[in-house]
Amino acid sequence: MMGRRFWSGLAVFGSFLYFFLPLLGMFMFSLRMKRGELSFEAYRVVLTDPQFQTTFLYSMILALITIVFGTLISVPTAYWVRLKLPKLRPVIEFITLLPLVIPPIVIVFGYIRLYNTSSVLPLTGSWLGTNLLVLFGYTVLSLPYMYRAVDTGLRAIDVATLTEAAQSLGAGWVTILAQVILPNVLVSVLSGAFLTFAIVIGEYVFAALLNLNTFGPYMFWMGGNRAYEPSALAVIAFAITWACMGLIQLVSRFSKFSQVKR
Amino acid sequence: MPAVSTTPSGARRRASALLTWAGVLPFLVFAVLFLILPTLNIVIGAFRSPDGHATFDNIIALFSPSILAAFWVSIKLSLITALLGCLAGFLLAAAVVLGGLPGWLRGTVLTFSGVASNFAGVPLAFAFISTLGRVGLVTVLARDWLGVNIYAIGFNLLTFAGLALTYLYFQIPLMVLIITPALDGLKREWREAASILGATGPQYWRMVALPVLWPSLLGTAALLFANSFGAVATAMALTGSNLTLVPIKLFAQIRGDVLNDPHLGYALAFGMIVLTGAANLIYIVLRMRAERWLK
Repeated sequence: MMGRRFWSGLAVFGSFLYFFLPLLGMFMFSLRMKRGELSFEAYRVVLTDPQFQTTFLYSMILALITIVFGTLISVPTAYWVRLKLPKLRPVIEFITLLPLVIPPIVIVFGYIRLYNTSSVLPLTGSWLGTNLLVLFGYTVLSLPYMYRAVDTGLRAIDVATLTEAAQSLGAGWVTILAQVILPNVLVSVLSGAFLTFAIVIGEYVFAALLNLNTFGPYMFWMGGNRAYEPSALAVIAFAITWACMGLIQLVSRFSKFSQVKR
Repeated sequence: MPAVSTTPSGARRRASALLTWAGVLPFLVFAVLFLILPTLNIVIGAFRSPDGHATFDNIIALFSPSILAAFWVSIKLSLITALLGCLAGFLLAAAVVLGGLPGWLRGTVLTFSGVASNFAGVPLAFAFISTLGRVGLVTVLARDWLGVNIYAIGFNLLTFAGLALTYLYFQIPLMVLIITPALDGLKREWREAASILGATGPQYWRMVALPVLWPSLLGTAALLFANSFGAVATAMALTGSNLTLVPIKLFAQIRGDVLNDPHLGYALAFGMIVLTGAANLIYIVLRMRAERWLK
């Protein structure tokens, strides 16, 4: 079996080189802003750039609102479908998978045609409308991850019994959702939330076509106009993606200990 | 009088049925308004002339040389990165799952794959420019240490090959994530049974493992195809308008940079939906086939 280990090792080593070199490349490049020495100058320049601060904050707020909105739409729906309309489940599941089939650029194109200033619902005409539109767009993009995470989480709990128990204690629907169902699927919601965050924070196409100055278009602009700062931004973006995935692993590992054995 | 006695309970039943449906109403309204209607609008627009008549002119316009060329480049790029991504991802996953390597490697590779498959868009282009661009790390190291100027021997990151190399950075990890469970599903008994019957390693792969994995492999290739076909940001940040892919052309069309015919934009978008839709359909059908064995 020496041969098998050798070839496997070679495949892993080759992949390691391919995946590691771009990371090393962007990191080394980001340190070279000052001539003749390695420094964190590019990071200092980026982090103190007011444009960076405003666009990053903007994207972060958008991501957080997307997560809240996505949770509000996914949890009650997934719960209700499991409890009362199990026949509808394939339909809903199909809808939540559509954003993986329809390219984002097509969805945003549809928004622009459907909600432009001369339409019935002129969302692109105002600041609030455009922001709502991008928020809904990001919620659509996150739907495949958020909804499926919640739906999988609900599979692990006995929805009907929990609901009846809560109802016999006099709880209404809002109480049941907020105090019984949500805590039980919190780990799934958090997994979906971190993935949503990773997707939204650097998103380019929606923001650029709706003319919003978020982090994605800012990075794109920097790429065309600066030399070293883009690498620093890439390192920051990679760190954010890594942190989100790490947090997903962390919460799902945490859940194994917090779950009650049946 | 039965009619009188059943009417109230019938009404109540109807009311409760309505109430049951009301629970999914917010989701359905949201999905219709911000996913289904926008897409339908594009699809219908592709079959409409500017003055609102039904027509196939926009679809026929897709077959003009410049647009066909864009579709061809996009399809070629997606096919090549899907096949190479499939191959490389399969080798990596097989090495980690079946290669007899240390156990921690598996978790590390899977975690990293989760990160890398989501590390797309603008930052990914930056990473490759600072590695394989004209003054990138690998370019400079190859020149200084090995005396090889990769740009002199025909490599250029801002071309088709460079873009394909960049796309593989999110294609391979996606393959690893999808195919690892399928590889886990290969039962040890199959291998043992094959070797008891005298099969060699290659024979086991050719006659047992690959036929079982075949639908998964092909299905994932279709998914990777759709994945790269819809990608815009990476290509735009990397090559600008150097390379005319369909999504880049559509982006320019929406922005109004080439506002010759808005209904051509509909047709472009419709063409994209058809291709990614077909790829996903292949994925779903083959996945169902794959699940017959891998349970």
